[in-house]
Amino acid sequence: MTTKVYAGTEVPVADDGFFTDPEQWRPDMAPEIAVEVGIADLTERHWQVITFMRREYAEKGTGPTVRMLGKSSGVSVKELYQLFPKGPAKLAARIAGIPKPRGCI
Amino acid sequence: MDKHVVILGAGTGGTLAANRLRRVLGADVRISVVDQDDDHVYQPGLLFLPFGLTTANELVRSRPRQLRGAIDYRRTAVEHVDIDQHRVFLADGTVLPYDVLVVATGARLRPDETDGLTGPAWGRSVHTFYDLPGAAALETELADFDHGRLVVNVVDLPIKCPVAPLEFCFLADWYFRERGVRDDVELVYVTPLDAAFTKPVAARALSGLLAEKGVELVTEFNTGEVTPNSLISYDGREVEFDLAVVVPAHGGAAWVGRSPGLGDPLDFVPTDPHTLVSTASQDVFVIGDAAAVPTSKAGSVTHFEGEVLVRNVVRRLNGEAPDASFDGHTNCFIESGFGKALLIDFNYDTEPVPGHFPGPVGLPLLKESRLNHLGKLMFAWLYWHVLLPGREIPGIPTAMPTTGKRLPEETR
Repeated sequence: MTTKVYAGTEVPVADDGFFTDPEQWRPDMAPEIAVEVGIADLTERHWQVITFMRREYAEKGTGPTVRMLGKSSGVSVKELYQLFPKGPAKLAARIAGIPKPRGCI
Repeated sequence: MDKHVVILGAGTGGTLAANRLRRVLGADVRISVVDQDDDHVYQPGLLFLPFGLTTANELVRSRPRQLRGAIDYRRTAVEHVDIDQHRVFLADGTVLPYDVLVVATGARLRPDETDGLTGPAWGRSVHTFYDLPGAAALETELADFDHGRLVVNVVDLPIKCPVAPLEFCFLADWYFRERGVRDDVELVYVTPLDAAFTKPVAARALSGLLAEKGVELVTEFNTGEVTPNSLISYDGREVEFDLAVVVPAHGGAAWVGRSPGLGDPLDFVPTDPHTLVSTASQDVFVIGDAAAVPTSKAGSVTHFEGEVLVRNVVRRLNGEAPDASFDGHTNCFIESGFGKALLIDFNYDTEPVPGHFPGPVGLPLLKESRLNHLGKLMFAWLYWHVLLPGREIPGIPTAMPTTGKRLPEETR
């Protein structure tokens, strides 16, 4: 098990950097994780997605796919890619401190 | 007291569920099946149609004729379902009350969700083989195609039969070689995944096969727009083509979206992956592609779900809690061209691995063989005569067999 330090707190993460325990995440850790994945500034629109990711995870036990996000987060798929250029579902999940979304099979 | 089971959809899942339930339930339980048309399409055959290996006529049979006697068949669309009132509202105005509802309306293609996909190039330079008219049109198009760049693209997951787009590439390689024009045709496979397939061991085998057959692989490509001669990803990459074969995004049936509390944003129905009971109501069960469960949308899954579904429906009718559990068992033949095929067999917990199926002496797994190709061809017969009537395939258990498989502990 790997650990990382965000906002002064050591947290366990998976090999690919995703949180293994979403309970350990705090909002003040998000900007530091964002910088790691190449997003310098978290805007209000980013936060709308991050908050939505956490709510979805709490309800369903897995993060939503990009298409689900586009349909229900209030942010279109096009804008999601502008906010999180290298893959909104993965990046937003990582910044939101939830495990890597289970892909489809 | 008389009870009523209503089954929505008369495809693979609805038909086999109805036939299995009719066998085990007494005459005091009525079974109604609803579908909007009478054409039951053998969907695995759609892959072969564009290459002239089957005909549209061979793939279609009557829906009601696949049902046993004493099953009430209604040909009409579903308007919506009220899960609190236990009522189905049909497009012809009928209202069907139910004790148990089985959702089996599958997945539907959503080309409308991708910018430009259904534009002027749809049916000209942009095709699909995921429905009967599309596959038939593509046969004509391919027959005229003798040089240029053919791109096969999966827009988004989940899709029905996630190996079919790869099979299309393998068969296209074979098809153009047979016609002597393979050197003039570029083949490209474009996927949103980070590899040829979702599961690591199978992904390695399948990407090896793509390379061997000279098919270029483009990964992590999320198609945002389709123009008459290129795919454009959301992150601004462009893949040009002369002919595109696109697998559109999928969603559940439209009526699911009109039924409060039942579906997810894509109109699939959230379902317990083991009991097959919907999360919205203990009187609503889901079989096949309609379910939002973490397994492939495939006929084999639907078949293996049948036994579990029927047991749990019967228990519910008797006021008992579900006790049968589905393990996610999936079994797919992967046609690789030149009369050969691979076979993969997996479940929720075990990824496809090499070995033999269903036991140490059996069909080779994750490896090309003629035997697997014959298995794939034989499956069409089994589909109409064993799967749909709701019988078991001799020697093939509902739960995934582990004997014969080289599981990770042994391969390490």
